[in-house]
Amino acid sequence: MLTVRSLHTYYGNIHALKGVSLHVRSGEIVALIGANGAGKTTLVHSIAGLLKPQKGTILYKEEDITALAPEAVVQRGIALVPEGRQIFATLSVETNLEMGAFIHRNRRDQVQRDMGALLERFPILKERRRQLAGTLSGGEQQMLAISRALMARPDFLLLDEPSMGLAPLVIREIFAIIQRLRDEGRTILLIEQNARAALEIADRGYVMETGKVVLQGEGRELLVHREVQRAYLGKGSKEIWDA
Amino acid sequence: MDSIGFGAAWLQYALGGITVGAIYALVAIGYNIIYNVTEIINFAQGEFVMLGGLFAVFFHETCGFPMLPAFLAAVAAVALTGLILERYVIRKARHATVLSMIIITIAFSILLKGGAMLVWGRDPYRLPAFSGSGSILWNGVAIQPQALWVLAVSGTIVACLTIFFQRSVYGKAMLACADNPAAARLVGIPVRTMIFLSFMLSAAIGAAAGVAITPITLMEYDRGALLGLKGFGAAVLGGLGQFFGALVAGLLLGLAESFCAGYVSSGYKDAVALVLLLLALFFKPEGLFGSKEAAGLKRF
Repeated sequence: MLTVRSLHTYYGNIHALKGVSLHVRSGEIVALIGANGAGKTTLVHSIAGLLKPQKGTILYKEEDITALAPEAVVQRGIALVPEGRQIFATLSVETNLEMGAFIHRNRRDQVQRDMGALLERFPILKERRRQLAGTLSGGEQQMLAISRALMARPDFLLLDEPSMGLAPLVIREIFAIIQRLRDEGRTILLIEQNARAALEIADRGYVMETGKVVLQGEGRELLVHREVQRAYLGKGSKEIWDA
Repeated sequence: MDSIGFGAAWLQYALGGITVGAIYALVAIGYNIIYNVTEIINFAQGEFVMLGGLFAVFFHETCGFPMLPAFLAAVAAVALTGLILERYVIRKARHATVLSMIIITIAFSILLKGGAMLVWGRDPYRLPAFSGSGSILWNGVAIQPQALWVLAVSGTIVACLTIFFQRSVYGKAMLACADNPAAARLVGIPVRTMIFLSFMLSAAIGAAAGVAITPITLMEYDRGALLGLKGFGAAVLGGLGQFFGALVAGLLLGLAESFCAGYVSSGYKDAVALVLLLLALFFKPEGLFGSKEAAGLKRF
């Protein structure tokens, strides 16, 4: 469904992506893990159109979307839930959702129906639909960020660090939501520092280091991979250093 | 004036203050619209008011349009000027910092002022009142019908803007751009179009204020700077970006000026706005209605 081929992107003067290739098949959750500064966010920003890659191609449903503006990328059915949630803090929960459907603004009935369905799905948002989004808790803001992205009716969701700054119980809830979205037929590229949680629900995973993909495999496979365990799961580092 | 008692004088000053204050409020709202979407302070805002008045004189006196079409034509002409500022100046410099953009708007305001002087000369122009030139006497207070028109125009604009920003998708999208431009782009809001719209809207509002005030105060090429400055004072006093704050602060500024002119000396009139602006910057830089938290997150 999505194919990224030897992508090079600069972030300011930094050569942040040095030839990244990966693919995501329809209906999969693909996890992308790696340390801070590995280039994960640069990659999703390149896909979403916020950054212009210097070289390489991004194909989505056989169409080249490499040079498209963010507006055009959303219209193709790709929505990004950005790092740090980036909700419209000074607008109400309802208005946040309405803005998520900006590209469908001429289909008012559809927007109202989608909003109603999402508010049923997340009752806590329904309860607070007139509150300013900035007054929600971290977990509620993440639900709102995901719901806002869903208002665009995407087939493909990019989730950038959805667990960031959330309590473990809330993280579990968010990951359950992500699995349900996949079960409903959406395709998901999940960026996470919380490697264990991400790999547990992922069908496949990629590991990035300093602008390159260094490892790839099935989710379960990566979870038990020695290198991944050492670098991202904090396991077995002692034996490795001792050896 | 001897026949007017203390109470009546008080009322007379208040009425004058509210009339000028409404104009300051409109100028401040113009600043806020552009600031909200772009964080740019558009110092050509006062020039939009001046151009509104002079274009109305041109369409009404020179072209012989009736008042309403002349009003609309002047607003359209100035909106076009706002369009030119955004499309051919601001957009060309879109990679510049916000501070450079602000300086660019100052340059543009000088250009507009110079252009207006070449076209209209240095003399002040008059425009007949929208309806009837005589004053209405009420409780010993002389009310100019045009003052009521100024209030009506201001009230209508504030009401329309409130509806626009609270009800229409484009209004909400403009607020979303102001809140978080990156997230706005991600949900598919064309941020450039919103910026473009903000400049046209501000210019149109400034022009409407200019047309409404010209029958009372006359209009000349160099009026813009002072009106712009006082509008800026109102915008800062009310909290940059706050529409309701701009309205209250504008009226407050107008009243303060009017009472100072009435009870102290009209020579200090113009200083009042600047003193209030300085006091606001010293003691409450986020403005009367601004939030400290939000101010901390903004660059200006």
